[in-house]
Amino acid sequence: MRRIDAHVHGWLLLLPAMAFLALFTHWPAVATLVDSFYSTPRGSRPARFVGADNYAVMLDDPVFWQSVANNLWFAVGTIPVSIALAMLMALWVNDRLAGRAWLRVAFFTPTILPMIAVANIWLFFYTPQYGLLEQVTGLFGLPSHNWLGSRDTALACVILVAIWKEAGFFMIFYLAALQQIPPSLAEAAALEGASRACYLRRVVLPLLMPTTMFVLINAVINSFRLVDHIIVMTRGGPDNVTSLLLFYVYEVGFKFWDTAYAAALTMVLVVVLALVALGQYLFLERRTHYQ
Amino acid sequence: MLVQMLKTAGLAAAGAAMSVAAAAQTVEVPFYFPVAVGGPITKLIDQYATDFSKEHPSIKVTPIYAGTYQETIVKALTAHKSGTPPVTSVLLSTDMFTLIDEDAIVPIDNFVKTDADRAWLKSFFPAFMTNSQTDGKTWGVPFQRSTVVLYWNKEAFKEAGLDPEKPPATWEEQVEFARKLTKRDAAGNVSQWGVQVPSSGFPYWLFQGFTTQAGVELMNQAGDTTYYDRPEVVQALQYMVDLSTKHKVMAPGVIEWGTTPKDFFERKTAMMWTTTGNLTNVRANAKFDFGVAMLPAGKRRGSPTGGGNFYIFKKSTPAQQEAAATFIKWITTPERAAQWGIDTGYVAVRPDAWETPAMKKYVEGFPPAAVARDQLPHAVAELSTHENQRVTKALNDGLQAALTGAKTPEQAMKDAQAEAARILRPYKR
Repeated sequence: MRRIDAHVHGWLLLLPAMAFLALFTHWPAVATLVDSFYSTPRGSRPARFVGADNYAVMLDDPVFWQSVANNLWFAVGTIPVSIALAMLMALWVNDRLAGRAWLRVAFFTPTILPMIAVANIWLFFYTPQYGLLEQVTGLFGLPSHNWLGSRDTALACVILVAIWKEAGFFMIFYLAALQQIPPSLAEAAALEGASRACYLRRVVLPLLMPTTMFVLINAVINSFRLVDHIIVMTRGGPDNVTSLLLFYVYEVGFKFWDTAYAAALTMVLVVVLALVALGQYLFLERRTHYQ
Repeated sequence: MLVQMLKTAGLAAAGAAMSVAAAAQTVEVPFYFPVAVGGPITKLIDQYATDFSKEHPSIKVTPIYAGTYQETIVKALTAHKSGTPPVTSVLLSTDMFTLIDEDAIVPIDNFVKTDADRAWLKSFFPAFMTNSQTDGKTWGVPFQRSTVVLYWNKEAFKEAGLDPEKPPATWEEQVEFARKLTKRDAAGNVSQWGVQVPSSGFPYWLFQGFTTQAGVELMNQAGDTTYYDRPEVVQALQYMVDLSTKHKVMAPGVIEWGTTPKDFFERKTAMMWTTTGNLTNVRANAKFDFGVAMLPAGKRRGSPTGGGNFYIFKKSTPAQQEAAATFIKWITTPERAAQWGIDTGYVAVRPDAWETPAMKKYVEGFPPAAVARDQLPHAVAELSTHENQRVTKALNDGLQAALTGAKTPEQAMKDAQAEAARILRPYKR
């Protein structure tokens, strides 16, 4: 009797969280999958079953493929750099140095600012001629360049904003992890005559691996999730060179109102992210040392 | 004591019943509106709703601020799909075909019954009505409409040895003036460009100025055919591309729409093309003498119109629709159209609004305000078709490809036309 009570009690405690999870995560995911096999209802024409038609359209859609390629470059550009930067910043502000608190705040500030506001500020950084970037390059006598308006630099520019925005956020996790490392390890290493570099490589980095794992998953997800600055800065232009997958989903769903095709695109995003997360847990987990 | 309580309760119940009866007579009209220009738009709209309710106590108009144009149509269409759209909303005039295809709106003709109503529907500038009518029916009522004009810096003109009171009137003059206005240092770095036509976000709108001037339309009135690959369109694009590549009087690449007014204030460009909606902004922020002119002529003068119309949604009661129509007729009287134009910078939508004392006084004190009106006879409907955003994107992508040098103008327009034709195939009759 008491056991059943405990069970009921347990489920009741879980219920609110589970209800919300099901309502806002699982149900929409399933509904999206179902919708992706139907045509888009238009006015008097109801949705009808079209099988894999939406997916066939996707294969022939050059903008979709370009968005996939852009997104891969975006991921390759943002993830390693922002993680490396986060680690460097954390190691730096973990040391005893004057104005440490201020430095931490400075590094963390980009994270708390809303992306829309940030993107509007960066828009003016990149402005040709009198933007901040142009004023700096102008000092060195470099010619003016239309950073967001040319095909070669637009994607790199939005990558830079994402790195700037993310690195501070990841730094907080590294900082927390660094504070967990017992000082006795550093003392022991010093007694053994290990160099600082050796201590870093053999002790600190392995102990940071669980954090790196966590940060990596977040970074990958974010690289497919961050689109606010695209909407503000380039709207996917010029000629789709900064169109990322999620931005394209938004465009198809809420500008073209082709909701069925948007559902199919969303499924691609879901599957990609699920595979990435799975792969990371399966492969990286083995090489990660948990305390 | 008990009797007292019962009495009070009875009175309260009677009062509640009475207010229910009153509510049944009041028609609720939820009204979505976007804000796309600076200024206290929300305050103005709220004031209109209050004034209207005073004159029509049986109708309660509730204005609901819904964000940008894009956010407003997302909200309105999502609400339509879930069954409870607003009764009326201001949305882009180019959204007409989208709203018709979604079966979301009713024709305005349903509410035009008397001679006075018919006269009202005929009272708008024809240039604004072309974007509001298709298939012999009227689907939208012009409200906050705009057009593209040229702003020029009179001081820069003086410095360059040009007549500061004479803006370029033709394509040739535009190039010639711009060449004189472009300032280069010894190393070839430009500190002031001659002219700037923004090309981010919705380049098709400004490009439509060039195509109209080249003497060609971009689509038909039925909204099922585009003419992106006509020779005149290619010629217009060649002219636009040449401004930066051949004549080197405009910054190369895609030029941001949002920072263009600031470029003008910072004297980084001596002339700019942008919306009349920026008039109040420029007036407040330009620290030099500026002028506003019609766009220069190619074969002819020309500019697209832009901005928002009133629509009435289908999924509401007939009483609500009638009430919304009453409100729309009320807010587009000459006096109110004039006041709205003065307060916001939008073009007052009917000729007789420009004859009102308030508008006459305003134009007298600030003549640039009338340029948009004078350009209207040359204006054409903004690009709008079925599957509007997608068909427009095909053109936008082509324009940006040509402006960034990835494609020749000819190739870019050929590809854009092929894409648009593919999208529009199901709508051909």
